[in-house]
Amino acid sequence: MFLEVKDLSVKINGDYVIEDVSFDIEKGDIVAIIGPNGAGKTTLLHAIMGLIPYEGNIHWHSVAKIGYVPQRFKFDHTYPLTVEELFLLKTGQRSFWFSSNAQINDIKKALSHTGVEELSGKRVGELSMGQLQRVFIAYSLFGKPDLLLFDEPTAGIDIGSEMSIYGLLREINHELDITIVLVSHDLSIVYQYANNVICINRKMACFGMPSQVLTPEQLKELYGPHIGFYEHDHGDEEDKS
Amino acid sequence: MELNLGLSFVVGAVVGVSAALLGIFIVLYRLSLAGDALSHVALPGIGIAVLVGISPTIGAIVFLFAGVISIIMIERYTTLPIDAIVGVFFTTSLAIGALLAPSSEELLESLFGEITGISAINAILGIFFGLVVIALTLYKYKDFTRLTLSTDFAQSEGQSVESSEFALLLLLTVMIAIGIKIVGILLLGALIIIPPAAAKNIGRSLRTVTILAVSIGFIAVIVGMVLANFLDLQPGPMIVLTNTAFFILSLIIRRS
Repeated sequence: MFLEVKDLSVKINGDYVIEDVSFDIEKGDIVAIIGPNGAGKTTLLHAIMGLIPYEGNIHWHSVAKIGYVPQRFKFDHTYPLTVEELFLLKTGQRSFWFSSNAQINDIKKALSHTGVEELSGKRVGELSMGQLQRVFIAYSLFGKPDLLLFDEPTAGIDIGSEMSIYGLLREINHELDITIVLVSHDLSIVYQYANNVICINRKMACFGMPSQVLTPEQLKELYGPHIGFYEHDHGDEEDKS
Repeated sequence: MELNLGLSFVVGAVVGVSAALLGIFIVLYRLSLAGDALSHVALPGIGIAVLVGISPTIGAIVFLFAGVISIIMIERYTTLPIDAIVGVFFTTSLAIGALLAPSSEELLESLFGEITGISAINAILGIFFGLVVIALTLYKYKDFTRLTLSTDFAQSEGQSVESSEFALLLLLTVMIAIGIKIVGILLLGALIIIPPAAAKNIGRSLRTVTILAVSIGFIAVIVGMVLANFLDLQPGPMIVLTNTAFFILSLIIRRS
């Protein structure tokens, strides 16, 4: 047992954005949070991170360092900050100006985890969405977290890069033993990569294994009666990650 | 009383460096226009101070602080962008200042500055507060970087966007109050905006941009004052023109 959440509710401007949500996360899990837009998924992440006030109980069974990769950062593409300097923002004050060789190597190592080592000298605004996402994943890994929260990790990224990002997340989960919580709109991703699913539409709609919990009835309840969905048989599709 | 030339160079250099350093974040946070207009909010304060008989600098500071606090409160209360609110304050202040206009000599001084004419006490105050701005900006350097890069990013790092924004504006206020004496209200924006803008044209990394901006801020003041002394012209406008020359140079370098 790693994280236990019980009857979590968050009020924003007088209205409950999420209400009575309960679930458990084991160490090493890959947990997906799904739900329609405005369901409170991002709010749930913020509550877990302790960034906003909440009602209910969030219990960590051991001290956990949390890394967070949000949906999308909007910044000016001419902003004069290199990828290396982005990482230097994290470490102690003096080292932003007088970075040691050890620090530079640590940064290069973190970037190599996500395959973007060669981008360290580029300005952050010059990167493509896919490259930027990989840089921010590396950035979240830099703090050696126990738990990584991803808010729609592939929003705005092309299909080809999307698949490799999820493969990367699975790699991080297996090789670095990091528990992963990700918000996703893509049910096929949830089937493929998550071992547990939390369905949210303000209230808790479901919690459990994807195969058990993502039934047609459950999804209609979550997304509304007008959705249609189609089941593909992927057969023996090779794992391309 | 004419100020010792050496001391006025020191004041000018400190103000030039502090304005350029802080200006980096003012420019990156898109506060450039606000920073320029904000200096004009000081005008009624100067007018009132002269009418009442107290130091115009104090009048400027008091009015600026009151103005900045009001602007921030209005920004929080409404959804208006900050430079729009500053625009309202700036035009209103110019109108009030025009109605309260002090004598023409004092008005000229507040509009264009007079670095060689300030008293020793004001010079030392200017140096002191300039060094304070430099120290505090360096202390908040990483916070300001995250804030101006992306407020969402700053927040996700656990930073308080409100207090960083407030700190930035407060330092800007102090900067304006001391800069008014050197180049005056009309030209103050140039000290804060031009060196970072020129540096941004050339520098690739934030460290390079910072070093360039501060260097340009320093050199432009010294060269401007030397030229003014040599050609017997007003130092304020000469400093601004030297800054402009650097900016043009940065555009040329950028094209190549």
